Amino acid sequence: MTPPLLAVRDLRVRFATEGGVVKAVDGVSFDVERGRTLGIVGESGSGKSVTNLTLLGLHNPARTTIEGSAVLDGTELVGAPERTLRDLRGQRVSMVFQDPLTALSPYFTVGAQIVETYRRHTGAGRREAKARAVEMLDRVGIPQPERRAREYPHQFSGGMRQRAMIAMALVCDPDLLIADEPTTALDVTVQAQILDLLAELQEQLGTAIILVTHDLGVVADVADDVLVMYAGRAVEFGPVAEVLDTPRHPYTRGLLASVPRLSDALDRPLQPVPGSPPSLLDPPSGCAFHPRCAHAVDGPEAPCRTVLPLLTRAQAASGGSGHAAACHLEAAPGTAAPTDLQGATP
Amino acid sequence: MFRFLVQRLLGAALILFVVFTVTFFLFFAMPDDPARLSCGKTCTPETLALIRRDLGLDASVPMQYWHYIVGVFAGRDFGSSHCSAPCLGYSFVNHEPVLDTLLDRFPATLSLALGASVIFLGGGIMIGMLAALRRGTWLDKSTMAFSLIGASVTIQFLGVIARYVLVDELRWLPKPEYLPFTDDPGGWTGGLLLPWLTLACVQAAVYARLTRASMIDALGEDHVRTVRAKGLTSRQVYFKHAWRGAITPVVTVYGIELGVLLGGAVVTETTFNIPGIGKLAVNAVANSDLPMITGVVLIAATAMVLANVAVDAVYAVIDPRVRV
Repeated sequence: MTPPLLAVRDLRVRFATEGGVVKAVDGVSFDVERGRTLGIVGESGSGKSVTNLTLLGLHNPARTTIEGSAVLDGTELVGAPERTLRDLRGQRVSMVFQDPLTALSPYFTVGAQIVETYRRHTGAGRREAKARAVEMLDRVGIPQPERRAREYPHQFSGGMRQRAMIAMALVCDPDLLIADEPTTALDVTVQAQILDLLAELQEQLGTAIILVTHDLGVVADVADDVLVMYAGRAVEFGPVAEVLDTPRHPYTRGLLASVPRLSDALDRPLQPVPGSPPSLLDPPSGCAFHPRCAHAVDGPEAPCRTVLPLLTRAQAASGGSGHAAACHLEAAPGTAAPTDLQGATP
Repeated sequence: MFRFLVQRLLGAALILFVVFTVTFFLFFAMPDDPARLSCGKTCTPETLALIRRDLGLDASVPMQYWHYIVGVFAGRDFGSSHCSAPCLGYSFVNHEPVLDTLLDRFPATLSLALGASVIFLGGGIMIGMLAALRRGTWLDKSTMAFSLIGASVTIQFLGVIARYVLVDELRWLPKPEYLPFTDDPGGWTGGLLLPWLTLACVQAAVYARLTRASMIDALGEDHVRTVRAKGLTSRQVYFKHAWRGAITPVVTVYGIELGVLLGGAVVTETTFNIPGIGKLAVNAVANSDLPMITGVVLIAATAMVLANVAVDAVYAVIDPRVRV
């Protein structure tokens, strides 16, 4: 079995704030395989964006501490010198952000911004880089790429801007594309086009994708695997079909139940997950989800309240597919011998 | 770009017309009678009437307004003296057309404003950028503490102390004075050095703090994060990308500042005895020289409006979103 492209093990990210230490990411582990798409789902503040920004060293180093390990194709990213990370960024790992209007520089033409990325990593000449930029714009489906390359981002529509952003991210043919809520700021119709485009490019280029989103519909459409995050921890991981069909963590079930469906009766009220996400300054003891969990076992000594559940896979239930959940109720004795994913070697 | 400039200049002309009209009518709201002031101590009713006629003060207010406007475009006569177009009135105190005096004084003000600008913009922006990039370090803290002191002292205080120490005691700098650049470039520079430094010291502090704050904002912007995510070096991130966003507020503030400075740096000119527009304005007010006051107001307004047109043009160069 070939090692995964990216192996994240027990990643911990803490921010020093005036109110105390925020555990933004608290022991997350996952793998990203070459050419596959991992969806990371969670509410705002669940740590899904922070995980990815810190992988590339795009956090504020003065206030952040990172522990754990993240190995990209043999290179350790955690604690790597800025120079190493800088060379990886844009070349082997690139990012697409939520709002392409603010994420693209308003001061340079779209073409110039793509050219800049390409020349930084390949040392190509101006003319060659320009041709490459036009080629990429054409590839992401921007009509008249030659002319559009000379325009500024504010002259593009939202969907076209995100296409340009994707062209820029893929110009150096990276191994991994991190798309942080790439469709959230777009119209619904345009969302589907952008997702199709990502899937199509992935097929052509073999790029692995981490897709950060809070939209389970997006995950269902394009992801191969899904990681559900809650309060800075992974609560469920597995192949997307399995997780969405047979969710094993009560939080995932709650998220799925909260999505309205066209087949629902019109007068069916929305079913949100009750309560609100916990403060990461002072997260609940034991399972961070227990105050909102309908299934939590009550009592001061109950494990839900006192013991941190580990992400374990119940092999009998999942058939060895890697479907795992961090829930005491799932890991109850009798189901199967739990395997600790955190023990896996990169 | 051409259309943009033409539009702005037309707008500027309109604003100046409004300012002129308002100033002209304020002129009549003032309690002093210009003819009386011009007449002197031994004033017979006959002389007064004569002066009144010579200065055109015997006509009705709308007619005087009309004469003034005609004078601006075609020139006019005040008694035996001629004021050629563009005529901004005739000073009763100096016995000279207002415009001649203004043109005579303007080079001193311009020299002071531009020279000081070079020093305080260059110094202030550089200090602010450094402080932003070294945010939280001793360099940041000490430069910001100094700039707080700089922003708090006044020119008349700093100027007098600096003059005493640097000119009178240590003799490092020449005596502050104004010599026309065309006559003596060396003397021009030397004489203005202390006024420049004093004015710049107070201003640079403001720009350092402003630049630091806006650079820190700019470094937090999404597109700057994108540039970092592209793998660019810190130098490229700061000096190719982030500064573009950071410089806009600085340009805005400087546009206003330049307008103010060109209308006369009253305190600096008075402190160092530089014969500029600011000193002229003070004297005109002291002498109730009403046409001169109108003239100074007009030139200050013109400077402000033109500085703003220039700022708009600079915006368009910095930010392509402004061009459409």
